[in-house]
Amino acid sequence: MSDNDRFISRVPSRPWSSTETSEGSQELLPASSSGALDRSVASVLRLPEGAVDSGQIDIERSDETMIINMGPQHPSTHGVLRLMLELEGETVLRTKPVVGYLHTGMEKTGEELTYVQGATNVTRMDYLSPLHNELVFSLATEALLGVELPARAVWIRMLMCELNRVSSHLMWMATNGMDLGSTSMMIYGFRERELVLEFFQKTTGLRMNHNYIRPGGVAADLPDGWEDDIEIICDTVLARTYEYDELLTGQPIFRERTEAVGNITAETAVALSATGPILRSTGVPWDLRRAMPYLAYDQVEFDVIVGTYGDNFDRYSIRLNEIRESIRIIRQVLERMPLGDYRIQDAKVTPPPRRRIDESMEALIHHFKIFTEGFRVPEGEVYVAVESPRGELGCYLVSDGTSKPYRMHIRGPSFVNLQTLAPMLRGGLIADAVAIISSVDPVMGEVDR
Amino acid sequence: MTLAADEPATPVAPAPAGDAVVFASRDEYHDTVAELRASGFEMCADLCAVDYLSHPGRRVPAGVAPERFEVVVNLLSLSAKRRVRVRLQVPEADPSVETLFDLYPGTEAMEREAYDMHGIVFVGHPDLTRILMPEDWEGHPLRKDYGVGRVPVQFKEAPGPR
Repeated sequence: MSDNDRFISRVPSRPWSSTETSEGSQELLPASSSGALDRSVASVLRLPEGAVDSGQIDIERSDETMIINMGPQHPSTHGVLRLMLELEGETVLRTKPVVGYLHTGMEKTGEELTYVQGATNVTRMDYLSPLHNELVFSLATEALLGVELPARAVWIRMLMCELNRVSSHLMWMATNGMDLGSTSMMIYGFRERELVLEFFQKTTGLRMNHNYIRPGGVAADLPDGWEDDIEIICDTVLARTYEYDELLTGQPIFRERTEAVGNITAETAVALSATGPILRSTGVPWDLRRAMPYLAYDQVEFDVIVGTYGDNFDRYSIRLNEIRESIRIIRQVLERMPLGDYRIQDAKVTPPPRRRIDESMEALIHHFKIFTEGFRVPEGEVYVAVESPRGELGCYLVSDGTSKPYRMHIRGPSFVNLQTLAPMLRGGLIADAVAIISSVDPVMGEVDR
Repeated sequence: MTLAADEPATPVAPAPAGDAVVFASRDEYHDTVAELRASGFEMCADLCAVDYLSHPGRRVPAGVAPERFEVVVNLLSLSAKRRVRVRLQVPEADPSVETLFDLYPGTEAMEREAYDMHGIVFVGHPDLTRILMPEDWEGHPLRKDYGVGRVPVQFKEAPGPR
């Protein structure tokens, strides 16, 4: 297909005509005539000249390239990610991620739901760290409302989010191990994650998609005896991280598969808006919990883990050590958890307690109003960002003064981070592609939203 | 370029969260962002579009004519640890703006999403195709005049949405 054809309106009479698949004309365009890989306009390698130091990669371009599709139904793509890889022999030249297979229109849905219901919607985006999604949505709503939370609500949120970071990184350790052929790591990762999920179930009622962090606080107080559960989780997971060290970190096969694979420079990562472990693996100490503290992260001690080379091994080490840092934060929360309310006592935002409904007419009315009409949020726009396990999770919320968001945009870190795949894969072997995809840690629910 | 209010050309409004907001006109949009980039905002954290069709009476500072669409760019300075938001009014009749791809390559996917969802055309973008919806989809789902709940279950042979 020539360049000109692309701009001809291709609107068939029916969206799904029998002659065309619904995938349409997603394809790699011809490489640029200049021959410089960076400047080829045909893929996501479209880095403009001079913006990014791409590194020196010696690839003689010939006509003998092959384009293969990987995914969307590939077990190692962590969902329905499709990659178009241009190969020369076994070497990857260009990569184009094709996303959208899991698009369910959650931003549109969010405009139809009240602020009370909104958390149930956003929690399904990044299904491995649902509490962070709820957190960013709730923080944005509260910023527009201009309310201040009681201390206990803030610290409960911090506790749950750090537990969620642990479970998400454990899940990553498991799937990354599997992608590299270490099925033992997969079993162990899931085993430890189960501990955390059981605590989530005990607290929120659900293992995933909790709807626990809501505008105005959290849905319920921590269960009785939560301190003991947390102690067990911290002790067990921390001890197990040292077992992972023995299993993977020092193992020659694992190191050969990860070291100097999928390198990315700090300049490229910043230019491509990458955040989270990918940016930190290049040596940029950027963690929103430290740089722009939210909740009470400025009151706890933790280290921001950074790498040096920006390769797969650095990203592995960062995630492994972030589990330990999260446990460090959780232990401090455990010691310092304040007493008090777990949600604000503002009858316009928070539903009354269940027992009040039986005895008070006003409580019944407030309860009914909040769950049918919702509460009104003052007009305005706000952008709030938190550090999810994958990077900067942002929420741009526009309110027109009604009880539903006028526009809710979620800046998914996986969506943006996927752009780093092309420079990471370039010049590497296709056998390493699986390992590199895994090290980006994309969650397709969040990419496609 | 400073973000203080002593600049008459670009009106600045305080945002609820304390981030600075710069309103840019379409002519100076690219230059404004380029200046901000030069002044230390190394990363474009987010780019999205908003359709203000059913909320025309929103608050904008004097000197800015509200249009139907708005492109919102969130820039981030890693060194100064601050954010700035650039808001750009885009008229319905000609929903096109200059791309930021040459300044921030990371806007590639975000601009494609804004194009896909709102139909904003980013002039100069290297591959402005749909990213989330199927390539041959009609309409732009996040526009306010695009209804919800009309699309039947997607099977290959299913009848079209309308």
